[in-house]
Amino acid sequence: MKSVLKAAQAGTLESNDVMIIVEPGENGINLDLESIVKKQYGAAIAATIADAAKALGVTDVNVKAIDRGALPYAIRARMVTALERAGIGPERGA
Amino acid sequence: MEVRRSILFVPGNNPGMVQTAGLFGADVLVFDLEDAVAPSEKDAARDLVSMALAEVDYGRVDKCVRLNSLDTFCQADLEVIVPSCPDLLMLPKVHRAQDIVELAGLLDGLEGPYQGKIGILAIIESPQGLAEAYDIARSHERLMGLLMGAEDYTAMVGSLRTKAGHEIAVARSLVVNAAAAAGIESFDAVFTDVNDEEGLAADSLLAKNLGFTGKAAINPRQVKTINDAFNPSPGEIAYARLVLKSLRQAEREGSGVASVGGKMVDAPVAKRAEKVMELAEKLGLPGAGDE
Repeated sequence: MKSVLKAAQAGTLESNDVMIIVEPGENGINLDLESIVKKQYGAAIAATIADAAKALGVTDVNVKAIDRGALPYAIRARMVTALERAGIGPERGA
Repeated sequence: MEVRRSILFVPGNNPGMVQTAGLFGADVLVFDLEDAVAPSEKDAARDLVSMALAEVDYGRVDKCVRLNSLDTFCQADLEVIVPSCPDLLMLPKVHRAQDIVELAGLLDGLEGPYQGKIGILAIIESPQGLAEAYDIARSHERLMGLLMGAEDYTAMVGSLRTKAGHEIAVARSLVVNAAAAAGIESFDAVFTDVNDEEGLAADSLLAKNLGFTGKAAINPRQVKTINDAFNPSPGEIAYARLVLKSLRQAEREGSGVASVGGKMVDAPVAKRAEKVMELAEKLGLPGAGDE
C-alpha cells in the first residue's frame, strides 16, 4: 500500500483528454467526476481510475477528474502520471 | 520487403491525435516524445504513448517512438517505452556511429526475454552526422534506416531553408547513398507547408527520384500525397511488366539477350523492374501480379 504524498495534476481540458488531480486521502478511492459522458460512461471511467490506482498500490486517494471524452488508455495514462507526480511509483526523470 | 513509404509524426502528448493516428494510411507512425512535447510534460507523454502502444489497435503499420536525444531524456524514455513493445525507435541528433551502438546497448539491457528486437531509425540532422552518415548507416544490425532532418541541419550549417530545397540537395543525396551502401532504408525530410499540396507532391517525387525509400509527414493530410508519389506509377508498372515478359520470352527462346522497344534489357533494368513489380504487388496496385 502506498500513500499519495502531495497534490498533483496531469492531463488537459482539451477534447479527448482528461484532467486528473490527486490529493492525499483516507478511506478508499474517492472520485469527484465531471464528464460530458458521465451518464453513459461514468461507471466505466470510475472503474478505470480505480484500477489504475490499485495497479500502483494506491488504496487511499482523493481524485478529481474532469473528462473531455478520453478513452480508457488516456484515462489510465493520466492517472498514472498524476500519481507518479504525487510521489507514487518509480521516479522516471523529467 | 516491407513497405514504408510514409512516416507520420504524431505529438506524443495529444490523446486525440495519438488514438486516431492509424486512420490516415501512413506506413509508419512516429509518436513524438521530443520536439512536440514540452520538457515539463515528458513524463505524461511517455505514459500516454506507452498506454496507447499497449491498448490501441493500429493494425499492421510500424509503430515507432521518437525518443529524446541521448544527452537529454532518452534513458527515461526507454524505461517506460521499451516494455510497450514498439516496432521501432527513432533517435534524433545522431552525430556518430557510437550513438547507435550506445542505444542498442541500452535496448539489450531493457528488452524482455520474449520481446523481439526493436529496430532503430536514426535522424541525420547535423553537419557532423552527415559527414559520418556511412559509418552511422552500418553501425549496428538494429539500424533499419536514416531520416534526413533538414530543419536542424540547415540551421546548423547556416543556410536558408527554402521550399525548393536546393540548400539540402547534397545532404539528401549523401543520406540516400550512405543508406544504400549499407543496405538500409532512407527517408526524406518533412515538407513543412501543410497547405501546399502541389509543393508536397513535387517534393515527394523529387525524393523518390533521388532514391529515398520514403518520406516523413508532419500532418495526416500529407500522407496520401506521399504514398501516391512513392507508389509505382501505372507507366512504371506497365514498363516493368514488359521488361519481365521480354526476359521470360528470351529465356524460353534460349536467347541471352532481351529487349523492350529496341532497347536492351540489362541486369540493372531487370532488377528495377522486379522491384517495381514486387512493390506494386505488395500494395495491390492495378496491373500488378501475374497475367
